[in-house]
Amino acid sequence: MPKLTVDGIEVDVPPGSTVLQACEAAGAEIPRFCYHERLSIAGNCRMCLVEVKPGPPKPQASCALPAADNQEVFTDSEMVKKARHGVMEFLLINHPLDCPICDQGGECDLQDQAMGYGHHSSRYTENKRAVEDKHMGPLIQTIMTRCIHCTRCVRFSTEVAGVTEMGLLGRGETAEITTYLEKALASELSGNVIDLCPVGALTSKPYAFVSRPWELKKTETIDVMDAVGSNIRVDTRGSEVLRVLPRLHDDVNEEWISDKARFACDGLKRQRLDRPYLRRDGKLVPVSWPEAFSTVAEQMKALSGEAMAAIAGDLCDAESMFALKQLMTSVGSANIDCRQDGAKLDASVRASYLFNASIAGVEDADAILLVGTNPRWEAPVLNARIRKRWLEGGLTVAMVGTPADLTYKVETLGAGAQTLREIADGSHSFAEVLKSAKKPMVILGMGALVREDGAAVLAMARSIAEGCGMIQEASEDSDAWNGFSVLHTAASRVAGLDMGFVPGAEGKGVAGIVAGAGSGEIKFVYLLGADEIDMSGLGKAFVVYQGHHGDAGAHRADVVLPGAAYTEKDGIYVNTEGRAQLALQASFPPGEAREDWKVLRALSEAVGKALAYDSATALRTALVAAHGSFGAIDQVEPASWGAFGTAGETSDAPFGQVIENFYMTDSISRCSAVMAECTETFVTAKAERTGTEE
Amino acid sequence: MSGHAFAENQPDSFSFTSENEAKADGLIAKYPAGRQASAVIPLLDLAQRQHDNWLPRVAIEAVAKKLDMAPIRVLEVVTFYTMFNLKPVGKYFLQACTTTPCWLRGSDEMMKCIKDKLGLDNHGASEDGMFSLLEVECLGGCVNAPILQVNDDFYEDMDYDATAELLEALKQGKPPPVGSMKGRNMSESSAGATSLTSLRETEAAYVPRPPKPAAEAPAEAPRDGGDS
Amino acid sequence: MLKDEDRIFTNLYGWFDWGLDGARKRGDWSTTKQILSQTPEEVVELVKASGLRGRGGAGFPTGLKWSFMPKVVGDRPHYLIVNADESEPGTCKDREIMRNDPHKLVEGCLIAGYSMRACAAYIYIRGEYYNESGNLQAAIDQAYDAGLIGKNACGTGYDFDIILHRGAGAYICGEETALLESLEGKKGQPRLKPPFPAAVGLYGCPSTVNNVESIAVVPEILRRGPEWFAGLGRERNVGTKLFCISGHVNNPCNVEEEMGIPLRELIDKHAGGVIGGWDNLLAVIPGGASVRCIPKSICDDILMDFDSLMTVKSGLGTAAVIVMNKQTDIVKAIARLSYFYKHESCGQCTPCREGTGWMWRVMERLVTGEAEYEEIDALEQVTKQIEGHTICALGDAAAWPIQGLLTHFRGEVEDRIKAHKASLSNLQAVE
Repeated sequence: MPKLTVDGIEVDVPPGSTVLQACEAAGAEIPRFCYHERLSIAGNCRMCLVEVKPGPPKPQASCALPAADNQEVFTDSEMVKKARHGVMEFLLINHPLDCPICDQGGECDLQDQAMGYGHHSSRYTENKRAVEDKHMGPLIQTIMTRCIHCTRCVRFSTEVAGVTEMGLLGRGETAEITTYLEKALASELSGNVIDLCPVGALTSKPYAFVSRPWELKKTETIDVMDAVGSNIRVDTRGSEVLRVLPRLHDDVNEEWISDKARFACDGLKRQRLDRPYLRRDGKLVPVSWPEAFSTVAEQMKALSGEAMAAIAGDLCDAESMFALKQLMTSVGSANIDCRQDGAKLDASVRASYLFNASIAGVEDADAILLVGTNPRWEAPVLNARIRKRWLEGGLTVAMVGTPADLTYKVETLGAGAQTLREIADGSHSFAEVLKSAKKPMVILGMGALVREDGAAVLAMARSIAEGCGMIQEASEDSDAWNGFSVLHTAASRVAGLDMGFVPGAEGKGVAGIVAGAGSGEIKFVYLLGADEIDMSGLGKAFVVYQGHHGDAGAHRADVVLPGAAYTEKDGIYVNTEGRAQLALQASFPPGEAREDWKVLRALSEAVGKALAYDSATALRTALVAAHGSFGAIDQVEPASWGAFGTAGETSDAPFGQVIENFYMTDSISRCSAVMAECTETFVTAKAERTGTEE
Repeated sequence: MSGHAFAENQPDSFSFTSENEAKADGLIAKYPAGRQASAVIPLLDLAQRQHDNWLPRVAIEAVAKKLDMAPIRVLEVVTFYTMFNLKPVGKYFLQACTTTPCWLRGSDEMMKCIKDKLGLDNHGASEDGMFSLLEVECLGGCVNAPILQVNDDFYEDMDYDATAELLEALKQGKPPPVGSMKGRNMSESSAGATSLTSLRETEAAYVPRPPKPAAEAPAEAPRDGGDS
Repeated sequence: MLKDEDRIFTNLYGWFDWGLDGARKRGDWSTTKQILSQTPEEVVELVKASGLRGRGGAGFPTGLKWSFMPKVVGDRPHYLIVNADESEPGTCKDREIMRNDPHKLVEGCLIAGYSMRACAAYIYIRGEYYNESGNLQAAIDQAYDAGLIGKNACGTGYDFDIILHRGAGAYICGEETALLESLEGKKGQPRLKPPFPAAVGLYGCPSTVNNVESIAVVPEILRRGPEWFAGLGRERNVGTKLFCISGHVNNPCNVEEEMGIPLRELIDKHAGGVIGGWDNLLAVIPGGASVRCIPKSICDDILMDFDSLMTVKSGLGTAAVIVMNKQTDIVKAIARLSYFYKHESCGQCTPCREGTGWMWRVMERLVTGEAEYEEIDALEQVTKQIEGHTICALGDAAAWPIQGLLTHFRGEVEDRIKAHKASLSNLQAVE
């Protein structure tokens, strides 16, 4: 533990720390542009210079200098002040100073630090440099004259995102950042370079000239575009969501979010269900809430429980699912399911459906077996975590499923269940790799579970986990480890399983519900934001769709009850690792749409089975009382191991990809023009290119 | 990519000749396994020599593929080092050093002569494709200043007349012997060596320097110095 | 004046065969096996004892530098890197070694490599030295064929490879860590130090980067004994040195001379004197473009070595003497160097990337006098804002020539501004 002084304050820092980190530990603020704690050290901006004794009689870049015993660091000496003012002057001589028309204005590192270290006027009387803007795709706007060459974007895309497409061409004052041939930056994490850019060189294209930061209301909440539960900040002006930014959560998303989480928000403005509708003569016509409720209640009251069913979609908050479950129970229906994709998940053993290793735990793993999953598309931020671990060295990754470029080296062992069986029975050589690993992991994706033989696959995965030493009790030398990790794609899924939003005794699951509706056995289906089932199979059943977008569900529905999107309500989401997180309302649902639990509460009254809570707090209290895990906000409780899965025959079909197009996976992103443009740029164009080449 | 732009007319494909492919493999083998990126400069040089002394996009990508590097990393290298040409150059690519030691010895006169005789300014190229001119920084032959590099060869002790003579000879396709245009030997004093003279008599191994080979345009005679 | 028998580079002018046979006749490779029969530590001690200081510019003691290498080879091999990226304006000495006496370098590589337990030497030669690289590669090939290097080099049981690597045009690759980056196939952008190359160098392995001349003199030093070398010159500034005399002298040339030779003697005896006579001397840049120039008054009796030139705030650098007589537009001469540094800045760190262009643009205006008086002070401040604030020494190198100009020739700069202002007011008067 090096012990040093910073401006006379003594600090102990962990070995391997830099002087900059020591300064922060001592409470001394160090200005910086190029340094970023999650990127490699470049040391090029020279803003973080400090005076260090003993050392040469010149200032040192604190970001790159190892902290050492008995150093005396000065962050406020005359030498340091001069150095910072000098560097700032250099940074500004060729900077356009176009802050009034710059989107970064008001949240710009250069602007902020110029307040502290800039001169009031410039001594530079020569012409400023102008740099041509570069095309980087539909998400990133470039104004390259503003670039200060910190190379954060280059380092992020290369190191974290794992796409080596950005670079600094040329040298000296003609050096320019670009992507190769000015191609769109093909990464699901590309938007993060916008946050990383300390100036206005890389800004958000969809957000260009939309707003100033001080006009925005900032709400800290949770993303639902995948099951990672990335911590986000939603910026709104009035009722409009203008942008989404990541928040820091070291154990979940560090400080990155996927492009879908960031840029799909324009989908919140399109095709919204802003009033109740009723199907009359084959057409949906606007009706009042009471009329809609009475129509639904009428249907429900006329039917027995067995003839009714409910399916919860992928974006649902826990509260509304809980309310719906209680409503269905009260009318005597056990036909409920939150697994609209038909995944053969077992709600009875929590460890069977959680990402037990935890997201941060990926960094401890030394062997990973990916089964039926493409984490790059299903959870880009988690994939970046695997890459981070891989870059450190000593990690072996293999996959059973559809081969894909995951930004790290993956050995494809096979395509389907047969290979998995060989690993499970030890006849496959990779079994040895897993067995000899200290902390082996299996990441089980929906591609392996949404099949008929999903339960058998689940059983095999369990036997691999047990047979290859993935389930480790805590010992004197090491903590407990559970490498069996299910990677969900739906933000609502774990909450649904936690509360048992699955068929009760004699109840039907999604497949049974759809088949039952088709055969006429099920006469009433309640879709809570469920858009991804086979609507054409619902036959003549009376369908109620409660949700926020005019997607597949609403198109099939007989009654549409407008609900709230994830930015428009408070709610608990439980991520793939079982972490319950509280999302907060950033804006109001449009028109007559209401928060979903309220809709259900009102409907229950109309049905005559009034739910026993009148406030969100009361509902949450009831939820926690029924399922304690929802009360442990932001905590991950290790789930106890148990028997799950059903041994059985498996098909030879390869594990499929559950996501074909990363940019459009749900009713919000399907309505997003920005995501449509990304689809055009990154998916369609690529498919066409491959098509002509091969 | 202002300043780092590719030439307008790009060929559709590039591949090393079988001879150069073998050379490329030899160059890669100079570096430890897994460090093949070290060969990026030598391979780009090889590609450039094969392709009329400039690098089209496809050549850059071919090198990237050969070395398992991302094209952007190779392009970074191409645009960082001044010896890579993204655009066609003349058959005789004139690189005139005008850094202070050459300037003190009259590089302005050399430049003036090039302007007078060929009409070329810095970055200029003659329409017939014979000549192109680039002002370059110190070539490292300062006691033989000024220096005009023609393709791979240094012509030294240039002045107006010597430049005119050289350009005329090049036009005739008869490059003079490389080195001093004044007949000076290497970097010894033009008034005769002031040192080592005692050895000249005693050294039994005295071997007159072989005559200089004539300069050849790299397009016709791809050569690689690092692997001879 | 240095006697011919004390000269190391006996084929400096290429009079004799540069190949292995000629080299052997000049004594190269004669006792190599004997030298290598000592332990690496003993070789390092001998080089230390010789007082050899690095010939690439900084003058760091060579033996001491070698001693920083780990004493045992761990899981990472050791490398010797030879800096043959000779690009410092005024400097053209390594060129002569490589084309006329390449075996001195090849043998030096083997001995130096042995002393630091290196498995190989990479010689990074600037790309423009195309013909020179041909000779050097041929010499390396000859040495391989003769069993002098490669497996069981010189029959000593020591395996040592020498690989020649051509650059492609970048002054900055003469900076040792930029050279390493370039050698690894990247842009030549200097690395942050620490870690130093002896700890983390080429491919992350312990490496030492030495100048061509530093390596090429080693065999002769070890053959004649360190005392011989240390006996030339004066304390801390010993041995012989290749000087490059360019600019306004009657006979520009390279010459090997004793360290500490008076500048005037060097110019008069070897370069035929200043054009127009010694009294026509304006100033000299004594150590390559990167050091501050010195005016005639200092030139009159300055000695050409590290410490003497340090005392006049200049430096021996690469011992490239650029002479400027009184007909020189010295402001333009320095402005041209400012352009050089702007052109060669790698663009990585802020002060150099932005500052070199700024300085050059101001310098260009100072050439014509189109400036305000206060800009002179501003320019000097800018040089100070760059100096000591950059990742590598190119920032310092860009600042010092201007500082030298402003220290010694500020009057000249002011006069131009004055003259320009006068011409402007005349113009106004006419109008």
